[in-house]
Amino acid sequence: MGAPFFRVDHLSISFGGIKALQDIGFTMNKGEIFSVIGPNGAGKTTLFNCISGLYQPDQGSIRFKETAIENKKPDAIARMGIARTFQNIELFSHMNTMENILLGRHIHMKTGLFRGMVMWGKSSFAGREETRHRERVERIIDFLELQNVRDTFVGGLPYGTQKLIELGRALALEPELLLLDEPCAGMNSEEKQDMIFWIKDIQDDLGVSILLIEHDMKMVMDISTRVLAINFGKQVTLGTPEQVQQNTEVLKAYIGEEKQV
Amino acid sequence: MDMKREYYEDIQLLSSPVVIFWFVVLIVSLYLFPLFVDNYYVYVANYIAINIIVATGLNLLVGYTGQISLGHAGFFAIGAYGTIILMAKAGVPFLLALPCAALVAAGFGFLLGLPALRLEGPYLAIATLGFGLTITQIIGRMEIFGGREGLHAPDIIIGSWVLDTDKEFYFLLITLTILLLLFMRNLIKTRVGRAFIAIRDADIAAQTMGVNIVYYKTLAFAVSAFYAGMAGGLYAFVLKFIEPEIFTLMMSIMFLAMVVVGGLGSMMGSIAGAALLCWLDLKLRNILDIPYIGDWLETLSQNWFSITGVSNIQFIVFGSIMVLIMLFEPLGLYGVWIRTKKYWRTWPF
Repeated sequence: MGAPFFRVDHLSISFGGIKALQDIGFTMNKGEIFSVIGPNGAGKTTLFNCISGLYQPDQGSIRFKETAIENKKPDAIARMGIARTFQNIELFSHMNTMENILLGRHIHMKTGLFRGMVMWGKSSFAGREETRHRERVERIIDFLELQNVRDTFVGGLPYGTQKLIELGRALALEPELLLLDEPCAGMNSEEKQDMIFWIKDIQDDLGVSILLIEHDMKMVMDISTRVLAINFGKQVTLGTPEQVQQNTEVLKAYIGEEKQV
Repeated sequence: MDMKREYYEDIQLLSSPVVIFWFVVLIVSLYLFPLFVDNYYVYVANYIAINIIVATGLNLLVGYTGQISLGHAGFFAIGAYGTIILMAKAGVPFLLALPCAALVAAGFGFLLGLPALRLEGPYLAIATLGFGLTITQIIGRMEIFGGREGLHAPDIIIGSWVLDTDKEFYFLLITLTILLLLFMRNLIKTRVGRAFIAIRDADIAAQTMGVNIVYYKTLAFAVSAFYAGMAGGLYAFVLKFIEPEIFTLMMSIMFLAMVVVGGLGSMMGSIAGAALLCWLDLKLRNILDIPYIGDWLETLSQNWFSITGVSNIQFIVFGSIMVLIMLFEPLGLYGVWIRTKKYWRTWPF
């Protein structure tokens, strides 16, 4: 056994007096769907922001394969093969669907300033590269059934479609680890069902490991291999969906406890 | 039906025979135009072409990358002084001196891009404003730059071709303008351009997708400054004489106005904005010569604004036109173009 695929150790971060995360630790295996649950404000998105390099944790380490990533810049982390989606959509609203997903190919493309400027016909370096990567993006568009919005500016598209485009953009990066921040938020049950199939497909067919934040417990229990529950920045429990479901602390965090009057 | 598609079509400039036809017509008429008009209009065309280069470069920064600069007259000055000094003092040929001076401007652009990593909006505007003002002060105090007396532009000699008239200079200028516009267009359509737009629309998402913000923000400043530097170097030969007083804050603001009036994030907009504002600038200087309206404006100005009546009325008309454009079409001239296109596509419905 070499180093674990993804490992978080004693991770803590605070903002002023608020301890957003305290001593979080878990290990993820390759190919897992690992869910993080917890009530609003528990620190789930903060955890994601630490992993993708937007926040620098105060303490603890995050290791992806062999490498410590807790002090790396977001773009360096992306280049290592970690992609994410956002809870509040962060699309490039003045680009169309194709271009948004194409930006996910950024790290795989090489056209720089000069070769871009002299794109002289489709046999030039930039022309060939654009063609090749647009073809790949088209496959992602087919996979997520986004053909009808291919050339539409994403700003005005429905919420569910925008969430899908974000997923597509993250997939275009060909990540080994994909962080999904509430992919089903605001979706109806039919859209949710589709999303669950896609997430399963991404895991099975593309071999991507998925770290998932989701509030829909049925979905979490259905697709996760393991679940981490946090509340007020602290780890409540970690285990298989069944174990977590039966944990009284988790129930307390979600439903509250009975008060003796 | 053959459904197989070529992905290059998405980014192709000359996408159909009709477009190719009009493109060729445009290029040919641009080259033939000076043969049919008198010298003044060639001078106007030169003036407009130079401003189109600056506006395109500034639009990359403001419109596409979402930064701001009130210091582009500074880069413009570096290009102008750099080209003349390299030619006059070091004997470098024009075609080499021009890009070298523009590269110096790009270097300064890179340096100015560094504070842009921490500053946003109004703060960045003030930082760039400071840069623009400083450059003219430095140039005005240094002997090598001719100080307040300014510098005379030498003749441009390319091989055995001496370009000493506006018309001859026009052919060189229009060639460079077309090249720079094509470069910019390609840049925006490919990977680097997409990274710029991504930073403007959602910088956090751009970072997590692997876009190095430090690199691309400073690159945007450098490229934008390079375009301003090129334009500045060319402008020195339209004026034939440069002095620090030319490169004022007003000039920086006019560059920005061209980009905004034309339409942010649109190259057609930059071209239209630069052409319109330059044309207005030149035409409104003679506004008092227009029959009836001129007399009326002169009386109006003498009664209310200034005793001489000439000095400021053009700016008032100029400003009003800009306010009206922004009021009725916030997307600028590009917005008008989009609406017209839509109208004719669905005409007569």
